[in-house]
Amino acid sequence: MISMSTRTVTTESTLIRWLLTSVAVAFLTLFLLMPLAAVFIEALRRGWEVFLASLHEEAALSAVKLTLITAAVAVPLNTIFGIAAAWAITKHRFRGRPLLLSLIDLPFAVSPVIAGLVFVLLFGAKGWFGPWLAEHDVKIIFALPGIIIATVFITFPFVARELIPLMESQGTDQEEAAVTLGARGWQIFRRVTLPNIKWGLLYGVLLCNARAMGEFGAVSVVSGHIRGKTNTLPLHVEVLYNEYQFSAAFACASLLAFLAIFTLGMKSVVEHFSGHSANGRH
Amino acid sequence: MSRKRVIPGFGLSLGFTITYLSLIILIPLAALFIKASAAGWDEWISLLGSPRVLAAAKLTFGASAAAAAVSVVFGLLVTWVLVRYEFPGRRLLDAMVDLPFALPTAVAGITLCAIYAPNGWIGEWLAKWGIQAAYNWTGVFIALTFIGFPFVVRTLQPVMEDLGKEIEEAAATLGAGRWTIFRRVVFPLLVPALITGFTLAFARAIGEYGSVIFISGNLPMKTEILPHLIIMQLEQFKYDAAAVIATGMLLVSFALLLLINLLQRRLDWQHR
Repeated sequence: MISMSTRTVTTESTLIRWLLTSVAVAFLTLFLLMPLAAVFIEALRRGWEVFLASLHEEAALSAVKLTLITAAVAVPLNTIFGIAAAWAITKHRFRGRPLLLSLIDLPFAVSPVIAGLVFVLLFGAKGWFGPWLAEHDVKIIFALPGIIIATVFITFPFVARELIPLMESQGTDQEEAAVTLGARGWQIFRRVTLPNIKWGLLYGVLLCNARAMGEFGAVSVVSGHIRGKTNTLPLHVEVLYNEYQFSAAFACASLLAFLAIFTLGMKSVVEHFSGHSANGRH
Repeated sequence: MSRKRVIPGFGLSLGFTITYLSLIILIPLAALFIKASAAGWDEWISLLGSPRVLAAAKLTFGASAAAAAVSVVFGLLVTWVLVRYEFPGRRLLDAMVDLPFALPTAVAGITLCAIYAPNGWIGEWLAKWGIQAAYNWTGVFIALTFIGFPFVVRTLQPVMEDLGKEIEEAAATLGAGRWTIFRRVVFPLLVPALITGFTLAFARAIGEYGSVIFISGNLPMKTEILPHLIIMQLEQFKYDAAAVIATGMLLVSFALLLLINLLQRRLDWQHR
């Protein structure tokens, strides 16, 4: 297809190609492969027994449980929001659409630490609702509700950001045809829209989940680091690391690294099935 | 635009979206601004002008800008190689670029420490040459580059893939060499995407916490980033100070992002 002559004018000489590829591969190896390998090698440095024992420890198990509970609440909430927001924004035209889009992106521009801080200001002991909450014996900060709400804030845009460009590119013709044929709202979504967006939706949910389980800064502010009680898995990693239990810290970190590898693998699967590239930012 | 709405569910989906957005994001952020504005001008000036805050701000914004700039250089190189060349392992490396997005920041933090600390994988080797790459500015910079460069690759990649070879062929027909073609034809088309990539990497780096605090060492006045300073205020129950620093940080980063956005629009305009 490509004749020799066009090949030589639109690509670089073999030497330059080889040089650029080497530098790029060296950079990626140093910056991506080495850290990933380091997690697992450091985790196994003192052998399988220490590795398994660190995961079976009670504090580790309770951290895993807390992380799973948090994701189990935050991910469905933000999935429902993501679908609703994408439906409103892509299937309808209204004033203030660009503003709404920027506001949905807002959590990306807010430091995780600030995300945690705002909830301390609202619900903390010296916060606005603090005295009222103390009177009614409700604990939000340094307890599960605070961890969940901070995670919801951080993972807020993920599903919406994946669905909006996808649904925008698909237009509204199919839904309009369905209306003409007498379909009702929920029917249209389930039978017409959902089959078109299922892979994008799946990837958005997986990204949201990866961030929900891995969130550190925001959760760190609201959790209070109570061992066995309010430590999520990333916080447990921090505590172990600061106690110089490096092998145990990396053993728990390797669980989170597995989650990251799984998420990246699923992205390739989704791209394969959906036929075009998933958005995948953040 | 007097067309009647055909597709149902507008009121419900928009109503839910706005309510949820207000409850989770807007009202809490408004609470932060109200708290910060309750502090008077004097308090603002004395707090934000204090040496510790200024040192942290200089480190946070400086290292973030440097990391985003280096991310642009390596992001451009990596994207070029991934899009244009075929080599074994290309698809794997392409998929791996997203790792910093998917890897929890605390994991990234302790791992970078294991690599760059003076007794670490690379750190030990660097120490022999008298280079220290952790617990100082360099450490912060390394962590922020790790977090930032995927943003550049992922914004640049679709633009580079859509670039037709026709213009390059035309330029070659007119006698331009490969380097001239890149510099005068290809590169200008990539500039808007590079600026977007820079902005995203920069914005993320300013707020970054988990991947930085382990490798930075958190020495006040020296290697302490703004988010860590906010946490220190909270631990001493200085809510006002935390709110003022956080608001100042948000305002500066919003202003910078707006500025870069305007610059980009101007560039887009010139290209049209």
